[in-house]
Amino acid sequence: MSAIITLSLLAILLLYLGLFKAKAALLPVSLLGLVATLVMYGTDWAKDAEPRYNGMVLFDQYAVAFSILCVGVTALVLLLSKNYFDKASTHVAEYYALILFSLTGALLVVSFHNLAMLFIGMEIMSVALYILAGIRKKDFASNEAALKYFLMGAFSTGFLLFGIALLYGATGSFDLAAIKSHVVDNPHGVSPLFHGGILLLIVGLAFKVGAAPFHFWTPDVYDGAPILITTFMSTVVKTAAFAGFLRLFAFCFVPLQDFWMPVLLVITIVTLFVGNITAIVQQSFKRMLAYSSISHAGYMLFAIVAIGATSAESILVYAGAYSLASVVAFGSLILVKRATGSDHFEAFNGLAKKNPYLALAITVAMLSLAGIPLTAGFVGKFMMFSGVLADYQVLLVILAAVNAAMGIFYYFRVIVAMYFRPLDRDQIAVAGEYRVVLIVAVLITLVLGVYPAWVAGLL
Amino acid sequence: METVIQNIQGVPLNHYILFCSLIFSIGVIGVLIRRNVIIIMMSVELMLNSVNLLLAAFSVHWGDASGQVFVFFIMALAAAEVAVGLAIIVMVYRNTRSVDINALNRLRG
Repeated sequence: MSAIITLSLLAILLLYLGLFKAKAALLPVSLLGLVATLVMYGTDWAKDAEPRYNGMVLFDQYAVAFSILCVGVTALVLLLSKNYFDKASTHVAEYYALILFSLTGALLVVSFHNLAMLFIGMEIMSVALYILAGIRKKDFASNEAALKYFLMGAFSTGFLLFGIALLYGATGSFDLAAIKSHVVDNPHGVSPLFHGGILLLIVGLAFKVGAAPFHFWTPDVYDGAPILITTFMSTVVKTAAFAGFLRLFAFCFVPLQDFWMPVLLVITIVTLFVGNITAIVQQSFKRMLAYSSISHAGYMLFAIVAIGATSAESILVYAGAYSLASVVAFGSLILVKRATGSDHFEAFNGLAKKNPYLALAITVAMLSLAGIPLTAGFVGKFMMFSGVLADYQVLLVILAAVNAAMGIFYYFRVIVAMYFRPLDRDQIAVAGEYRVVLIVAVLITLVLGVYPAWVAGLL
Repeated sequence: METVIQNIQGVPLNHYILFCSLIFSIGVIGVLIRRNVIIIMMSVELMLNSVNLLLAAFSVHWGDASGQVFVFFIMALAAAEVAVGLAIIVMVYRNTRSVDINALNRLRG
């Protein structure tokens, strides 16, 4: 809890720094705060955690691991943001503060033990992002992304809330432990309200994670928002939403698996195909990444479909691998777009000649996203697939393998463009912060791919 | 006044559930078919308020105050969301001179 309080205070402090025009201090102060948060979470790592504050939050290993992942990725995103927002506005402090507020919400979502905290966390996370998506006030795409995200977010909140209200009506409590004991005590006599509540919660959460058929806002919002905000949305927010999703279902709804599993199975298969097939036909790298994030949501849903002892671990590894690769991909896209003014695949033509190391980093990220062995993405996919196989969902694994093959096609378009399409171009200058982020993310991706044992068995 | 309260307490829980589901459905349909952003926001408010009513009814049914506390959370959130939402709508209006959702079709593919 001290970590969440620290982060909220840090965000307010940043607003004051902005007030006193201490622009140069913003990045160091926020990074220091994030490091302090990481340390606090590190000391919280305990085997037998109890729910705190009248059962509102529970900082077990699951929550701490996902929190550390979210805070770490946010630190990488903030490092990329140096000088990024200066062009958008003179009020830079607000952006740092809003990102940290959003992170605070994400941390609540991964550690909730009461449906009230799930709701509040989701909203703190989303409301800050509505503003962030529209920070380019004059840019039409940014406006459109903000409005669409706001309308869809508010709409999905309604479903989430109605689901929570129905669960409350059936059980008389918002507490996860009370709901769980209600389900365990009446395995057959759970009221229809409860079933309706589960379905509405699936709809609301599927909206938030961007799973088909509730995905239609994702490509437009990811495409229209500034690249850095897209990075934050597709990594931290997606990870937190999935962690909350899994926590709710693994904690409360496992005895009713026969009821909701078929629903999620259909959602998963539709998500995989919609994401991959539309990603193939995209001409813009940014839009391709948006659709690929939909397909990755499909892979991450595997852990909830085949819910079991290894679900938490596989979603942690998958989300970590996906986040790191996305940070590299979007970070390089920022550099390329600055140099060429375009985010199409052609903008990457011949990049390997002048910027061999940047091209290498993008290649590693693409291989990790495609799930090629010796990268973290492969380990994540492997854990997902083996979890589903242990649940005897052979059909799902076959469909997923077909989709992984499709994924290789569109990820390799970038690699082909960089290495085999000649183009006379100038060298892209890579700033020091970008170097640090790219090196760190690529190293972790490779090390996890070679020594997966370091994280396997963590949870 | 006594009889009014007694009459209200005589309303079965099922009626509240049906009533709130109807209001919620009206809100959902409003979001899906209306094209004016302001009206879409009003429909979203309708959805949130139907949840508030349902929570209050369940709270009385269970004799448990936490449902009513949740209603306050939802009200606070709705206020924050409206503030941000209206700001976004004003920003869009300045650029497009329209609050029609069909004006938002530049992002395609």
